[in-house]
Amino acid sequence: MSPSRAFAPALVLLLLAALIPVFVTANTVLNFIVFTLIIALAAQGWNLLGGLCGQFSFGHAAFFGSGAYAAALLQARYGVNAWAAFTAAIAFAALVGWIIGYLSFRSGLRGSYFALVTLAFAEVFRILANASAFTGGAAGTLIKLDIRPENFQFASRAAFVWIALALVGFTLLLTTAITRSRLGAWFAAVRENEDAARALGVDTLAVKLKAITLSAGITGAAGALYVQYYLYLDANIAYGSWISIEALIAPIIGGIGTPLGPIVGAVTLHGLGELTKLFAGGIPGIDLVIYGALLVAAIAFAPDGMMGLLQRLGRGKVTPNTTASTTTDAKTTGARTEGAA
Amino acid sequence: MLAVETITKRFGGLIAVNAASLKVNAGSITGLIGPNGAGKTTLFAVIAGFEKASEGRILFAGQDITAEPAHLRAQAGIARTFQIVQPFAGLSVVENIAVGAYLRHPARAEAQGRAREVASLVGLGAMLDQPASSLTVSGRKRLELARALATEPKLLLLDEVLAGLNPSEIRDMIPVIRQIRDQGVTILMVEHVMQAVMSLCEDIHVLAQGRIIAQGTPSEIAGDPAVIEAYLGQGAAKRLQRSAGMGENHA
Ligand SMILES: Nc1ncnc2c1ncn2[C@@H]1O[C@H](COP(=O)(O)OP(=O)(O)OP(=O)(O)O)[C@@H](O)[C@H]1O
Ligand SMILES: [Mg+2]
Repeated sequence: MSPSRAFAPALVLLLLAALIPVFVTANTVLNFIVFTLIIALAAQGWNLLGGLCGQFSFGHAAFFGSGAYAAALLQARYGVNAWAAFTAAIAFAALVGWIIGYLSFRSGLRGSYFALVTLAFAEVFRILANASAFTGGAAGTLIKLDIRPENFQFASRAAFVWIALALVGFTLLLTTAITRSRLGAWFAAVRENEDAARALGVDTLAVKLKAITLSAGITGAAGALYVQYYLYLDANIAYGSWISIEALIAPIIGGIGTPLGPIVGAVTLHGLGELTKLFAGGIPGIDLVIYGALLVAAIAFAPDGMMGLLQRLGRGKVTPNTTASTTTDAKTTGARTEGAA
Repeated sequence: MLAVETITKRFGGLIAVNAASLKVNAGSITGLIGPNGAGKTTLFAVIAGFEKASEGRILFAGQDITAEPAHLRAQAGIARTFQIVQPFAGLSVVENIAVGAYLRHPARAEAQGRAREVASLVGLGAMLDQPASSLTVSGRKRLELARALATEPKLLLLDEVLAGLNPSEIRDMIPVIRQIRDQGVTILMVEHVMQAVMSLCEDIHVLAQGRIIAQGTPSEIAGDPAVIEAYLGQGAAKRLQRSAGMGENHA
């Protein structure tokens, strides 16, 4: 695939999305778009580590929350400029990612052990942030309302749509570029078979640390954007398992390991969630029921997510994957090859 | 090129490799043979840095590499294949080989170009875009060889790359291995297919129960009573000699 063909669909999609606020001004719609983009960004971070490099995390809240708290506390406690705080928050989340990665990958944790350790880190952070006076404890932290662009606060929600889009777009291009690079080949090699990767000269520890650092930085940016938009944060928002789950379900629904997967997944999930809220009204927890149903459907009928399904539809192979062998077939001919082919 | 000095490898109480020493000369094809469970794969793993030696030293191009991790040994020029093939199952053939090629060619276009060259050298040229998981046994063995070769090694460790191939596939592969050596790659090969070992190797080391029991040219090894006994059991050499010197055929 030529470079222009690899990047073109993403760019077209972004430009179309950027036009939405020009035509739609309803706050509820813009609200929905910003929130969905924040989830998409967090999920893009997860996808880089879990999808590309094969290290499944159950605790991306650790990075989302670290980014969010860094952005909030630097402003609220130290009066740091919001844009500077935002940048520092990304760096801080990336550092947290590197440290968690170093501790767990150094000791050889893989698969479900790694997943559980990330979950444990997120939970410990949540408990600490909930108890500590520095983070505002259970009462949470507020960023002072002072609507000025230099404060990263805007009167119009459209500005946030564009900023969120820019971040999601940048990450989309970054992910696409990685899948077409040596680092991407190394991510895939580590994901598929670590021993074989080492035999070919791949420093698997260094590669995994790169993946988790980038991943944490991206998900941390989502957290920082979240707090900048809502101007309020507490431990259950920042480090709650809700965001760990959002960050991993979106790529699984959308297409794990594909650059567009997390975005497609987040839009599908939250689009359907909003629609059911519209029609099923106030039934509590109905959106969770939808999530569960979608997840089951995705695993049964589209193990490569929406992206894999779209590719198979495009080729006229619409058979659901009922056996293990067709599943691997679809995996290899479909989503997996799309980035690096 | 490679010197293994009294390497011992223990797994708990089991001594898989017992004070084994061997030398591989630059530019040679050297064989490492021995009965099942002799410790050949374990010795390969120690040489390539996948298992830590319990005792002894490994010298590569004069450097002591005993403490180096596997990926640095690969960067220094030691490539291995796995007896139990380890493909990147979710990647295509050319992507598999490109992972090896990226070691010396950071740019994507060059790595992929190099991967295609290596693929056609080992006879995978027609399967570039197939998923590795769809390859036959012989295809997977070729892929192991291709990936290792793509790292442009100085020393290539081949662990039974001919096992599971049919006789005509073996006949095809023998010249490929010779050609790799002729391009300047030193080869140390573990092989049970004796026809291949005898025709390819200049120098053969025999490992039995973790010990090097013999070393020499193919004809010396074929006539060595200790070797015959290691393969066929104690007293076999004498019995064979009595029944009109069939030792060479069996070895
Ligand atoms: N990781 C391990 N842990 C424990 N024992 C092992 C391990 N790897 C190998 N062994 C044992 O070490 C001995 C040597 O095994 P190895 O695989 O090196 O033999 P081999 O000469 O390659 O045999 P083959 O010709 O069957 O491939 C065997 O008894 C084996 O069971
Ligand atoms: Mg073996």
